Amino acid sequence: MPVEMDGANGAAVAPPALELSRVVKSFGAVLALRSGTITLHDGSIHALIGENGAGKSTLVKIIAGLYRRDAGEFRLAGEEVDFHTTAQSKAAGIAVIYQEPTLFPDLSVTENIFMGRQPTNRFGRIDRRSMRTQAQQIFARLGVSIDPDRVTEGLSIADQQIIEIAKAISLDARVLIMDEPTAALSGVEVERLFAVARSLRDEGRALLFISHRFDEVFALCDTVTVMRDGSYISTTPIVDTSVDELVRQMVGRDVAELFPKLPAEIGADVLVVEGLTRAGVFHDIGFTVRAGEIVGLAGLVGAGRSEVARAIFGVDPYEAGSVHLEGRQLPKGNPRVSMARGIALVPEDRRKQGLVLDESVTRNVTLAIRSSLAKAGLLWSARENAAAALWASRLEVKTAALDAETGTLSGGNQQKVVLGKWLATEPKVLIVDEPTRGIDVGTKAEVHRLLSELAQQGIAILMISSELPEVLGMADRVLVMREGHLTGEFSRADATPEAVMFAATAQKEGAL
Amino acid sequence: MTTTVAPPSPNPVTRATGRVFKARETGILIALLLVILVATIRNPSFLFSSDGFRDLMLTPSLLMLVAVGQAIVIITRNVDLSVGSILGLTAYLTGRLFIDVPGIPPILVFLAGLGFGGLLGLINGALVAFAKVPALVITLGTLYIYRGINVAWAGGDRINASDLPADFRGVGTGALLGIPYLTIIAVVVLVVAAWVLRNLRSGREFYAIGSDPGAAHLYGLPVTRRILAAFVVSGALSGLAGVLYAARYGTVSSGAGIGLELQAIGAAVIGGVAISGGVGTVWGAAIGAYLLLTINRALPILGIDDFWQRAVVGVLIIGAIVLDRLLALRQSRKLLEAREEER
Repeated sequence: MPVEMDGANGAAVAPPALELSRVVKSFGAVLALRSGTITLHDGSIHALIGENGAGKSTLVKIIAGLYRRDAGEFRLAGEEVDFHTTAQSKAAGIAVIYQEPTLFPDLSVTENIFMGRQPTNRFGRIDRRSMRTQAQQIFARLGVSIDPDRVTEGLSIADQQIIEIAKAISLDARVLIMDEPTAALSGVEVERLFAVARSLRDEGRALLFISHRFDEVFALCDTVTVMRDGSYISTTPIVDTSVDELVRQMVGRDVAELFPKLPAEIGADVLVVEGLTRAGVFHDIGFTVRAGEIVGLAGLVGAGRSEVARAIFGVDPYEAGSVHLEGRQLPKGNPRVSMARGIALVPEDRRKQGLVLDESVTRNVTLAIRSSLAKAGLLWSARENAAAALWASRLEVKTAALDAETGTLSGGNQQKVVLGKWLATEPKVLIVDEPTRGIDVGTKAEVHRLLSELAQQGIAILMISSELPEVLGMADRVLVMREGHLTGEFSRADATPEAVMFAATAQKEGAL
Repeated sequence: MTTTVAPPSPNPVTRATGRVFKARETGILIALLLVILVATIRNPSFLFSSDGFRDLMLTPSLLMLVAVGQAIVIITRNVDLSVGSILGLTAYLTGRLFIDVPGIPPILVFLAGLGFGGLLGLINGALVAFAKVPALVITLGTLYIYRGINVAWAGGDRINASDLPADFRGVGTGALLGIPYLTIIAVVVLVVAAWVLRNLRSGREFYAIGSDPGAAHLYGLPVTRRILAAFVVSGALSGLAGVLYAARYGTVSSGAGIGLELQAIGAAVIGGVAISGGVGTVWGAAIGAYLLLTINRALPILGIDDFWQRAVVGVLIIGAIVLDRLLALRQSRKLLEAREEER
């Protein structure tokens, strides 16, 4: 694919439009960005790629003024800057289009574009007519027909994305950052977006494009920067690299050593999912999980994995397909029955969906087995404490006391409490969604050891994870989802980082 | 680049009339006129006596002032429960000023009321904006604190009409061309507030903040400043209403304005201000205030028992919310259908 590089050449004279060098950002004990480095040039489209959790979004938020960096350099057109607010970043000519559109649903399309910067007359009165005309001009330029007077509520994601872009154009931004803008767009819409991006580049603006889709990166961008584990890995002109090379740089990590997977005896099919479909969310999902087996469900964020898990458990509906547990069909949309029959779901967001943070460890552990603990309809503290103590010691929960508020525990220990809650129900199938997100490395290994032991005891485990090393290290079998479809299934031996990544990002292995 | 262009804009006249008929405020205004019409048919003096007309204008004026402030606060997705207490405190302050500072010019008393109310509002706003505690809790607290201060200060004491200068009392009872001063003040405040909310950047930002606070933050809007401003305006208008309360009724005990906050919220909700923020106008809230108090006066004329009046107000509030919900559902269904057709 021919790529224009004249923009990058011109930058030899002028300072780069935006330059980040060894930027560091941590949240408490978690180091989100170890060394963020990127250089954007006027008249060029720069791609930023990396796995989930590589630090891309943190980097974007520092540029946008949402986060402040702890260390490192941040220069705009050669001058050192330090943004405290998004308003400052905006005033400096930076526009950011976030993954999720951020609009005001009750206000008109026009107002959404110009909020905070509406054209006014001498007395500060908003000039509605001129505002509307400008909005129409931008839409004409983008080649779209959106009624500027309608409210943004009810617009499709694609149209909302267009409004985000219109916002950036109206800002006359010098630097435009797009964080996975194509994730929810159809082919035609992506093409339209690219046409706009190219015309902005030709006007001499600097663009940063974050995407998981390699075909888009190669079609659109001039230069590509790879990040991994919060660190800068490489920057190369797009013509000098290949998909193969980029994938290697993204995943290049020693997988085997971190997680000791214990051998487990694999038994009969426990969970059988067939043709599970929910329009627009997931389509024709079918797989089995056997006793003692850990099945990893890999894919990008938003591929529909959590939704499948929720549908199996019964909290979300589905339109077609079936779920069988030990040969008996599970009713749709009935989590109580699912629990009673032996399915446990450890949700992605443990703080919101998995725990009652203000309650004690004891209460949280016994939450799902209240009825079996109760005697004559009453809960007795002694029985609760005994049950909680058993699980706390088996899972090695580190807490000052069992009556401590769960919210005071570390992330890893909170996750153990959630696990304990579900294990107390003695499940046959355990579904864990991102079991180690936001957990420090030491506890991570412990959670993995736990899962491994549970499999040894014959529990069928479905593990959703966006962390490739975790999936590859733990799973006996790896399923891959992309955009609501099951796109790959690999045995432990066949599951290489490259193969899984390709299945998750729509690249055929033949493209190697 | 594709060549689809924006659709031709509809004729501005049809657009304007369409807006008037669709507007939530129109419906509530029609309801208000119906109430007045029915009550007048039953008893012509409801409208066609000088007292009747005066009462019709005068009674809702104070609530209207407070409801306008309340609407601004609700539009930012907050709520101010302390308005009744602020009114009570400033009404008492008004009396004390005339007693303790003999010969004080009324204009100074008005400024003091506005300023004091604004200060109490600032305390609300600062607690909400900086401490990040929901406004419902903060202003519930200040509702009791401000009322407590009022009770402690006044004790069993009360302000009597004889304590207030006659020219000041004239503001509360007098009229210009048959229209009470109080009503004129309330309408001027309403028009200014409506203009600001519609035509100034800061006014539109109130809506943006209430519509999606997270997005407002990402847009770089001055969220904290706007929320502070909304509470200061609500407090200042309650303060102004407090001074006018003293001028109108002459008698001020430590119980003045109790329960007003619920009437003000009710007025705003009936007038189409969404309790979840981002939607509604001060016009709606003001008409809602008129409807609320006019119904209260009309029901006895229609022969409806006293104790049913509160229930009617309740039905009105719930009816307004159900109507809004139905309209919103219809709207979103229409938008979805339009989207499907495009495909």
